[in-house]
Amino acid sequence: MTSLSEASTPAAGRTSPLRGWRIRIAFPYATLTFVGLFIVWEGAVRVFAVSPIILPAPSAVFLELAKNWKLLVGETGTTVYEVVIGFILSVATAVPLAILLTFSRSAERALYPLIIAAQTVPKIAVAPILLAWFGFGLRPKIIIVVLISFFPILINSVVGMKSLSPQMRHLARSMGASVWQIFWHFQLPNALPSIFAGMKVATTLAVIGAVVAEFVGADSGLGYVIMVATSDLNIARQFAAITVLTVAGIIFFGLIEYSEKLILPWHISVRGSRTEL
Amino acid sequence: MFISIDNVTKRYESRGGEVTALEPVSLDIETGEFVSIIGPSGCGKSTLLMLLSGLLRQTGGTISIAGKTVSGPYTELGIVFQQDALLDWRSVLQNVMLQSDIRRLDRRRMEARARELLAMVGLTGFEQMYPHELSGGMRQRVAICRALLHEPPLLLMDEPFGALDALTRDQLNVDLQRLCSDLGVTVFFVTHSIDEAVFLSDRVVVMSPRPGRVRAILPIDMPRPRRLTMRGSAEFTRLTQAVMEVFEKEGVLHET
Repeated sequence: MTSLSEASTPAAGRTSPLRGWRIRIAFPYATLTFVGLFIVWEGAVRVFAVSPIILPAPSAVFLELAKNWKLLVGETGTTVYEVVIGFILSVATAVPLAILLTFSRSAERALYPLIIAAQTVPKIAVAPILLAWFGFGLRPKIIIVVLISFFPILINSVVGMKSLSPQMRHLARSMGASVWQIFWHFQLPNALPSIFAGMKVATTLAVIGAVVAEFVGADSGLGYVIMVATSDLNIARQFAAITVLTVAGIIFFGLIEYSEKLILPWHISVRGSRTEL
Repeated sequence: MFISIDNVTKRYESRGGEVTALEPVSLDIETGEFVSIIGPSGCGKSTLLMLLSGLLRQTGGTISIAGKTVSGPYTELGIVFQQDALLDWRSVLQNVMLQSDIRRLDRRRMEARARELLAMVGLTGFEQMYPHELSGGMRQRVAICRALLHEPPLLLMDEPFGALDALTRDQLNVDLQRLCSDLGVTVFFVTHSIDEAVFLSDRVVVMSPRPGRVRAILPIDMPRPRRLTMRGSAEFTRLTQAVMEVFEKEGVLHET
């Protein structure tokens, strides 16, 4: 029993869902941009004889980085710990809450206004209060990170979970799927791209949150280093710490993107549209 | 009578008042029959399919399948929509197996049957591919396999080939009618293509424009298995003409 099929072999047009392993040596646009920027910056500082208190030269910043490498890395550890723990906690609270809001109309009506109100309170205003309650340690910083990362993850998760197509829902119901099965097999995987989008936004906010919390009151961390360096007018150190923070933020974002590639290779935002037939 | 649709009506509340999608429709379908519902857009044929599946509740009348009244999603069936509704995150085989995963059927037996069904539609070797790597026609074939995995006695299809090009459509018509007669499944097939309806069915139900009523039921007496070349025969032409005449009387098709 044969029938005409659309392709003669399964290999025709086949791509592996996980194509990310081949590392391509691409043209180093980013690197060149940064190098260019540094050259211009260095030149400008020298030519205009800018005071190192206003704008240090990149060479001074690099010198500072090299000299105080150990110190900066040590302090980075504290901040990274705050960011990562806070981020994990925010995912652990936002996603279950999103599930609740998706499935319970009354919970949605009761809690949404509260959540939005809480979000509009500037975290920098909240930080001193948390300091008074919890002291100088890591806990208030982690709480600030959670408060600031929570919202994008929550909103994106809710949107993702609610955007199951009617056809899929009909299909699920005609298969006799229970509410839990509809959630697990249909809604949750369908929501993952949105959830990851929310997490990616949250990574940058988490870093900001940790630093802001440290500004308000800390005895360690990169925010603390920035604060102390500013008051010492050691602007080169300030810039060095900011540089380390930026790199840490980029790495964190990159980790989330990488796990997205592993978990969602099927999604069009991850695979690109080159393989469409 | 396998399926009994008895004086079924469907009305919707809308901004302008009440909209009647379906006037009283009555139809009996026998086991193993392939019945097509054809009608212009908005005539309620898809609504009728949704009512039959139990996914939609009728305003009046009763529907019973195998003696049981339908009053909620009827699960002893397979359903195929115009958009294939395949899960992007599952491979072809996993998509077909979704039917067995949800219904908690015997995995090993169902996987063997899944592979068998995929072979019957010419998709052997594609089991590990993902929906985005397949063409529209291939995706619909997967959807059909998924709908038939759990050996349902009834298959509902809502314009399943509407989004495909004519050549693929023809091929799928041939494959579908062979598949359905091999499996002995009762089929309720919604379409707006007269040729497709006449080619595939044992009976063609012609509906009027909204509010939908059954205007005619034409028996199709052509031998099976049907071949595409039959579409040129005198009998085929007579039947499609008969359907067109009904539409002309309804004002759906006109020559001027």
